[in-house]
Amino acid sequence: MSFIKNARRVLQQNIREYGMYIALFVIMAIFTITTDGIFISSRNISNLLNQTGYIAVLAVGMTLVIVIRHIDLSVGFLAGFLGAVAAIAMVFWHWPVYVAIPFVLALGVLAGLITAFLVAQMNIPAFVATLAGWLIYRGAILLVTESTGTIIIPDAAFNAIGNGFIPDIPDIGILPGVHKLTLILGLSGIILFIINEINDRRKKQAYNFEVLPLDIFILKLVLVSALVGGITWVLAGYQGLSWTAVVVLIVVLVYDFITSKTVLGRHIYAIGGNPEAAELSGISVKRITYVVFGSMGMLSALSGILFASRLQSATTTAGTLFELDAIAAAFVGGVSAAGGVGKVMGSLIGALVMLSLTSGMNLMGIGIAPQYLVRGAVLAAAVIFDVATRSRGK
Amino acid sequence: MSIPILEMRNITKEFPGVKALDNVSFQVAEGEIHCLVGENGAGKSTLMKVLSGVYPHGEYTGEILFGGHVQKFAGIRDSEKAGIAIIYQELALVPEMTVYENIFLGHEIRNGFMVDWNETIKRAGEMLKKVRLDVNPAAKVKDLGVGKQQLVEIAKALSRDVKLLILDEPTAALNEDDSENLLNLLRDLKNHGVTCIMISHKLKEVIEIAETVTVLRDGQTICTLDAPKGEVSQNVLIKHMVGREIDNIYPHREHRQPGEVVLAVANWSAYDPALGRNVLSDINFIVRKGEIVGLAGLMGSGRTELALSIFGNPDGYRIKGEISVKGKKRRFTHPQKAIGAGVAYVTEDRKSDGLILIQDVKQNITLANLRAISKRGVVNNNAEVKIANEYKTSLNIKTPSVEQKVGNLSGGNQQKVSLGKWLFVKPDVLILDEPTRGIDVGAKYEIYMIMTRLVEQGMCIIMISSELPEVLGMSDRVYIVSSGKIAGELPIEEATQEKIMHLATN
Repeated sequence: MSFIKNARRVLQQNIREYGMYIALFVIMAIFTITTDGIFISSRNISNLLNQTGYIAVLAVGMTLVIVIRHIDLSVGFLAGFLGAVAAIAMVFWHWPVYVAIPFVLALGVLAGLITAFLVAQMNIPAFVATLAGWLIYRGAILLVTESTGTIIIPDAAFNAIGNGFIPDIPDIGILPGVHKLTLILGLSGIILFIINEINDRRKKQAYNFEVLPLDIFILKLVLVSALVGGITWVLAGYQGLSWTAVVVLIVVLVYDFITSKTVLGRHIYAIGGNPEAAELSGISVKRITYVVFGSMGMLSALSGILFASRLQSATTTAGTLFELDAIAAAFVGGVSAAGGVGKVMGSLIGALVMLSLTSGMNLMGIGIAPQYLVRGAVLAAAVIFDVATRSRGK
Repeated sequence: MSIPILEMRNITKEFPGVKALDNVSFQVAEGEIHCLVGENGAGKSTLMKVLSGVYPHGEYTGEILFGGHVQKFAGIRDSEKAGIAIIYQELALVPEMTVYENIFLGHEIRNGFMVDWNETIKRAGEMLKKVRLDVNPAAKVKDLGVGKQQLVEIAKALSRDVKLLILDEPTAALNEDDSENLLNLLRDLKNHGVTCIMISHKLKEVIEIAETVTVLRDGQTICTLDAPKGEVSQNVLIKHMVGREIDNIYPHREHRQPGEVVLAVANWSAYDPALGRNVLSDINFIVRKGEIVGLAGLMGSGRTELALSIFGNPDGYRIKGEISVKGKKRRFTHPQKAIGAGVAYVTEDRKSDGLILIQDVKQNITLANLRAISKRGVVNNNAEVKIANEYKTSLNIKTPSVEQKVGNLSGGNQQKVSLGKWLFVKPDVLILDEPTRGIDVGAKYEIYMIMTRLVEQGMCIIMISSELPEVLGMSDRVYIVSSGKIAGELPIEEATQEKIMHLATN
């Protein structure tokens, strides 16, 4: 009985953190039932992750922007525009892909720094400054694609980013038809996670901090391992891990590390929590604003590359409404509009929730109109849940 | 005692894990000035929130009788309708609106569907006369000083036909003149039949004005004292508030021979482009090793501006002048530089610009010196916990763990976290801006002890304070700031409250 009691207590205390994981699980379970299992099929999950990619990287950057109490509306068309620039560089200027991609990423950083200049130096509200950016980049993308229309990208390496999968190790006779490198990666991920968790628990116990009761701790390890293992198995049954998923994983892991472990991350959350106090603690709010918008610009470029690569072309409408999807993903993932609160991992889950809704409802043959209604309701519900649990926690 | 206008019976209010009020009973007679005192966290504000309906009927147990009837307020609107008005420490005015708009905000004088502005302005003028405030009703509230804003708040309450006026630490942000003015006004209102409840930490004021004093401690009513019967004195109040006698509220300090000059500020001036004049001019002062230097002066005299501009946060002012720290000329373009040179500044308002309330104790303590516990930009969490626990112990911060959110701590403990954060920077010069504002007597004494210990270890402290007894009790030397200038310097042996006030008001 104490196990159930423990479980209930832990769940109540951490309902905010676990809430969205549970929501994602419930949504996936519902769609799996309503689509007779098509939703959870290898092919669909693989597609779902690839579709989430270009929104997820934006949501990661947007998390930091919202944490420091700003917003960036320009990222959608910036992504579209920079995707087009990448296409032009490769198709018309004949740049090799390994030059074009760093060039576009650098352009993204530059664009972000310009936004930061307006916000931090000129004190223009981010909403207004980035709304101007929204118009400008929309104009820019139309301008560069005006004469050519859609630009088809023939570069196979570039297109692999959005459509390709990691190679497999040579066939060794066991598990035919299963992507073995994916399995190995998944398994190593699980092992690393477990070792990390156990170490962390030991350290906390050494300081007499409160840790999860042992049975709940084991339950958590089992659940997360099962989740990662399950996804790995599903993916391995198709073509394995896609390059998009690899890119997103790297971005999320790097940003998660920066935000949770580094001085820079601390400074970002301090500014979000109380900008005046942060400034008087010797943190340059301006400098951090440049860093955060610069990173947002770079991730916009990355999003543009992922999208152009996925379509194997640059189109005049690329990037439309990406910014709102990214903002919605961040809020669903628990980022607070008041600043100072929000995790990168949460925003990834938020993006997965929103994209799962789209994917699942598409599979069910639900029209676009009800889809918007449902997604809007889920966004509102997520924020209501967040606000309600937050005020109770006080 | 005349008929009670208010009677609160056996009020109990619980928060998760804490009994904020435990069977409190509280009676206020009609037409009196009743002071409510107690340490921070004693339950004064909670009791007033129960009374005003912030915590609606049903969230507490017990009974409220107001004007002879049992009241079940569901919200502030209900209590306002019954004639109760509360004025909080944080003023609830709209800064961008005019005085008359603010006074009638929420109960506008209508003429059909439209607001009758002429009548509004006329009535606002009458209200301002009642509170003896001589400002143009059409002035914007943001252009008024804190003292005047407070009076506008009271005018707003009076315009609603208030029977019971509750003031939560009304003089905390006021200088002596404005405070005196406010106390006179309360006496005046009393003569016009308005009953007043005043919450205050300033015991001198309480003694001066109260007819009855109720002392709360740890959520319980300790006693109700009758002033005309001579039951009220500072020692008695302190005894009841803390439950023990404090015979000396300032630690004994030996005024030793001070060491070499650590901080020297010369020909310092700050020009405000918005006002088109200097807010600070020709300021010269020095601070020596092992010294506590008091910066006395009225609110708005430029003390905080001086401290902030020295600290590298000029806030839009154009600065001229020279600073040297330990003999070296310095120019601080950002607080970061000042911290690097060994100067730390503990802000006046810990909630608005001192602490990050949504973060925990350890994160706040290490914030200004994260580099000390990180390698190649990665924070060492174990070192952080260790450091935080050291300060928790040495400053006696009362918190279940260093992972507690600072917003959940009491004022005194928040101030200690703030101090810990700046001590971790290991400064040579520590600037404390109103270090004991809004914290209880016990915590005050602890802060004084910490200050004494620090100067004995060779630090030097600049203490900005509006409380003259504190300035006299703690400083080795006092500079008096008045209208942006140093109006005088007094060694502690010569300093008296009268001399300081004389210089400050010149």
